[in-house]
Amino acid sequence: MSELLKHPGESETNTLSPEAKAAAHSRRAFLFKLSLLLNGAVGALLAVPLVGYLLGPTMRKSSGGDLGVGAWVGLGPVNEFPVGETRLVDFESPVKSLGDGETGKVACWVRRVSDQQFQVFAINCAHLGCPVRWFSESKLFMCPCHGGAYYEDGSRASGPPERGLFEYRYKVDNGTLTIHAGELPTLATQARCSEKDKPLVQIQSAATPATPGKEAEPWQG
Amino acid sequence: MAGIKDRATKAGLATFNWVESRLGLIKTAWGFASHPTPANNASWWYVFGSAATVLLMLQIVTGVLLALVYSPSANEAWSSLNFLNHNVTLGWYLRAIHGWGSDFMIAIVLIHMVQVFLFGAFKFPRELTWMVGVLLLLMTLGMAFTGQVMRFDQDAYWGLGIGASISSRVPLIGAPLVHMVLGGPTLGGATLSRFFTLHVFVIPGLLLASVGVHIWMTLYHGVSDWPMPGRLVKKATYVEEYHELTEKTGIPFVPDAAWKDAVFAAAIILAVMATAFFFGPFGPGGPPDPTIIQTAPKPDFAFLWIYAVLAFLPPSIETPVMLVVPVLAIVGMLLLPLVNGEGERHWAKRPVAVLMVSVIAVSLGIFTRLGTYTPWSPIMSAWSGDAVPPQYLHGRTPLERQGALVLQNKQCRNCHSLDHIGGQRGPALDDVASQLTEDQIIRQVLQGGGNMPAYGNALNPSETKALTQFLETLRGPELEPAVDASRKLAQTSEVKRPTPPSQTLRAAR
Repeated sequence: MSELLKHPGESETNTLSPEAKAAAHSRRAFLFKLSLLLNGAVGALLAVPLVGYLLGPTMRKSSGGDLGVGAWVGLGPVNEFPVGETRLVDFESPVKSLGDGETGKVACWVRRVSDQQFQVFAINCAHLGCPVRWFSESKLFMCPCHGGAYYEDGSRASGPPERGLFEYRYKVDNGTLTIHAGELPTLATQARCSEKDKPLVQIQSAATPATPGKEAEPWQG
Repeated sequence: MAGIKDRATKAGLATFNWVESRLGLIKTAWGFASHPTPANNASWWYVFGSAATVLLMLQIVTGVLLALVYSPSANEAWSSLNFLNHNVTLGWYLRAIHGWGSDFMIAIVLIHMVQVFLFGAFKFPRELTWMVGVLLLLMTLGMAFTGQVMRFDQDAYWGLGIGASISSRVPLIGAPLVHMVLGGPTLGGATLSRFFTLHVFVIPGLLLASVGVHIWMTLYHGVSDWPMPGRLVKKATYVEEYHELTEKTGIPFVPDAAWKDAVFAAAIILAVMATAFFFGPFGPGGPPDPTIIQTAPKPDFAFLWIYAVLAFLPPSIETPVMLVVPVLAIVGMLLLPLVNGEGERHWAKRPVAVLMVSVIAVSLGIFTRLGTYTPWSPIMSAWSGDAVPPQYLHGRTPLERQGALVLQNKQCRNCHSLDHIGGQRGPALDDVASQLTEDQIIRQVLQGGGNMPAYGNALNPSETKALTQFLETLRGPELEPAVDASRKLAQTSEVKRPTPPSQTLRAAR
């Protein structure tokens, strides 16, 4: 190696082992530590937009104030819903976005209790979100997944669900039934799609069977 | 001729030397491949790890090829799969290989894990190899779930809904977590995109890196020797004993042991190809349109057992069980080699290990079996589609026949079977009158209870009467009608002598 030309920057400590060199050059070692610190700082700075982007969907843009995500959607003239009947209604999700395709469609069950009183249920079972079906003869909603069943007023009848069906807020606007929709109803997000004071858990004990006659107080907008 | 041959050999050698002197990897790799391994582990029991790796390669190759056509957009994914099935040359076969390859991979990974567990191969010094293996299992299952989402059909759509519903049960952060899983407030394009990212970039990257670490540790510690009863693993002596064994009985892994791996790998790939050829691709099922509610969503085979467990958990403990048990199970698997890193390796000396594997395997088997026919789900079309067994109509009064109609019309058959036809959610009604008295039947129908809805609001008195009369005729073969023993006592005064049962019955009428 001695025949090689010396690099101008090379010092006299060439005979030392690399570790010893590093120890001898406390300035370089210090600069390396400094560079680690610098990269840590830059990394932290870079993490802000990266993590912010990743967590973007969790930060709700609650344009609707306390109503949360979504908007009011018309379901059709009220006279399309006969009193005492429960009907399946499809609508376009107000939060439908680019490339959603068919998944931008939503279905709900509309029950007209009386002339001015409605109940609009999400089709998603309160257990694990499968689509419940209405059976007018037995006046039950039944879930195909794990056998959850609900009475006509949406209260829990049997099976694994721990509460009744999720309800949308509704109002009657110029003879049109309108609901506030936009969020997939689940146990955590239901508070923004049904009455806030509705108890989360509605399990009835076997000793006190359900009273299917009682009507839930609908939310009037 | 000999001159040409010599020159060709020379040229080949020169090329090899040119590459190797620059690459510097081939000799190192050969050194690893031909490392000596104890002769006793050159066994057919030791082929599953390499088979899992080969299946992973198959999945990567077929996955990359499918990505050439697949469109990861909620708008087009379902159509692009149908396009693959019907319009792309051999598209159906590539989809079939990728789908069946996934099932085979889960099976082989599980078999590999059971083998390592029963052979005690997770013990010192291979604890970390096992822990990385547990992560590999989780990633394999993660690939299976996200892969099911890629098949963007009804099952995938509602499966994602189930995932969101489970996430929503996490305390405090439920709502943000749902939005995180879905990529927004609802299930749609953003959801498919993020699962595509997981399935194609994130998990495969982690999976490949972890497989690399897993294999490196296998090379570093050597493949575990065949367990012998009474030969205990001790941290102080094991490594020395292993090296001694390798020195005495060692054979080069390639080719002396690896030929079995190679044969099994070829067999398993052929098996995937054959299964894919004969059974074809998975779906896609119905389009991912949430307004089509005439569907009974079901997960893929590997997750059927979870689907079944979720049907049986009582509502009151469901959320804690859903959120806590998986964490405990995973932590338990990860900690296993740290808790039990020494001692006996042979299964014959580890009855608890054998019992655990048996119980877990049987449980998974039973729940998967139940998941295939979902006895807990109402059969939505039974009430209108299933016939009333004729023997239950013979010799019945008009009122009783009317009751049979009420039973059909009120959808009782969706949950109750007659003559083995109908739902299995509730008990079969063939001998209901031998189980319940008339009063009990009326109470049960009107008030429900025991997981049956109350029908008080759905039945008028005449319907109730007819239904009860019909049910009263269902006694099963040669069984007596149920009697209420307390009725007898209620009508018997303490001071009077009890009347014979026949008189009591008459009195009751």
